[in-house]
Amino acid sequence: MKKELRVRPIKNGTVIDHIAAGQALNVLKILGIIGQTDAVISAVTNVPSQAMGTKDIVKVEGRELAPHEVDKIALIAPSATINIVREYKVKEKHKVALPSVIEGLVRCANPNCISNTNEPVASRFIISKHGKSVCLRCVYCERIISENIAEHLL
Amino acid sequence: MFTKKHIISMRDFSRAEIDAILKKAEELESFAKGKKSDLLAGKILALLFYESSTRTRLSFETAMKRLGGETVNMISTETSSASKGETLADTIRVVSEYADAIVLRHSKEGSARMAAEISNIPVINAGDGAGHHPTQTLLDLYTIKRESHLENLDIALIGDLKYGRTVHSLAYALSLYGAKISLVSPEQLKMPDEIKGDLRKRGVDVSEATKLEDVIPNADVLYMTRIQKERFPDPSEYQKVAGTYRISAELLKDARDDMIIMHPLPRVNEIDADVDATKHARYFQQAFYGVPVRMAVMSLVLGAR
Ligand SMILES: Nc1ncnc2c1ncn2[C@@H]1O[C@H](COP(=O)(O)OP(=O)(O)O)[C@@H](O)[C@H]1O
Ligand SMILES: [Mg+2]
Ligand SMILES: [Zn+2]
Repeated sequence: MKKELRVRPIKNGTVIDHIAAGQALNVLKILGIIGQTDAVISAVTNVPSQAMGTKDIVKVEGRELAPHEVDKIALIAPSATINIVREYKVKEKHKVALPSVIEGLVRCANPNCISNTNEPVASRFIISKHGKSVCLRCVYCERIISENIAEHLL
Repeated sequence: MFTKKHIISMRDFSRAEIDAILKKAEELESFAKGKKSDLLAGKILALLFYESSTRTRLSFETAMKRLGGETVNMISTETSSASKGETLADTIRVVSEYADAIVLRHSKEGSARMAAEISNIPVINAGDGAGHHPTQTLLDLYTIKRESHLENLDIALIGDLKYGRTVHSLAYALSLYGAKISLVSPEQLKMPDEIKGDLRKRGVDVSEATKLEDVIPNADVLYMTRIQKERFPDPSEYQKVAGTYRISAELLKDARDDMIIMHPLPRVNEIDADVDATKHARYFQQAFYGVPVRMAVMSLVLGAR
């Protein structure tokens, strides 16, 4: 059976597959590549998926994203798969792995935290996993974010 | 042995590191009482207090001076550069070029951690908003060690267990020694579930009681805290609650002989004046212990032998 590609095939680049439905734009936001690159980037949302019901997919043409660039999307898309495409074929495939620390990506939920002031300091969180859920502990005030992480993106 | 540069949160400390501080405090106690020392001679401690404090600031100053060191102060924020809009980060950079260590009290949670990242001299957190105040916890532990015993302690924490950061960080530290903790508080000021859960995970035997009478006969330590009026929207509710969590000499008749009463001070009326003369009262002793404990902390971070 010929597989259906929702967007046109890419010759070389990166396909981020199995993103939780509705999170494609947040993935792009976290990657921070829009405006930083002239690569063609496309996002598809609510694609039917056997494993996930529906999923989102992001494709970046002409650029192979390195694991350290991509791993931070595990915050909001823990089951994402990174596919490196060369000459129209998937040549490498790996799952995203949660980084142990993230910096400058999420706003601390504590309004009285020093990271939410005009001090020259970026937010920083220690990441841990409890079962299926991801938990962020602010390095500064120790407040924990464990739900709706996408809503706390800076 | 003791390699920490900064004193920010009790969570950073292992039991061995806490024990090292308490041991050092014991060695320095005679100097806290006035015996001459030049242990920290030539050292300057900068006290940066963005919020008011009496005991904490005075005991740091006393500790420094009794060890032969000196202090420089930034107390009033009205005349200081902070009121001119300077960031804490810039103030820390500047002061860390003047002094040998910084004691910081600030209204924002996490301020001391940030200061420690910027400063090239040791930073000691003396209260960051609703966050941490580790030298208070250390002096509580020292009081328990000197006046009772740290291991397998039976302690009752009484009063505001919801907002009181002192009791949270004391309970956490005691979990390193194995403890039985009874929580006695009004319904509105109960210890948050996640803190109780965390303590149980760490092996603490946590139980809750609503009446003081239920915990007094078995306790080694009664740790009293202040119930603040501001926590109650209805003043008559406050009156009722405040009256219930109040100890008097009369109430102590069932207590064990060696039971001690602690309080971080200032007290309002949760401990009757008639308790002061009983064999149980230790809160003024506890306040004194702030001096040797802060001596210990400063001599360790400043690397004095
Ligand atoms: N040349 C290509 N251009 C664009 N997308 C591709 C290309 N090759 C594969 N993909 C997409 O990359 C993802 C992984 O592909 P593949 O490894 O073939 O499938 P699966 O992981 O489902 O077994 C799928 O979403 C697929 O549609
Ligand atoms: Mg597939
Ligand atoms: Zn924070």
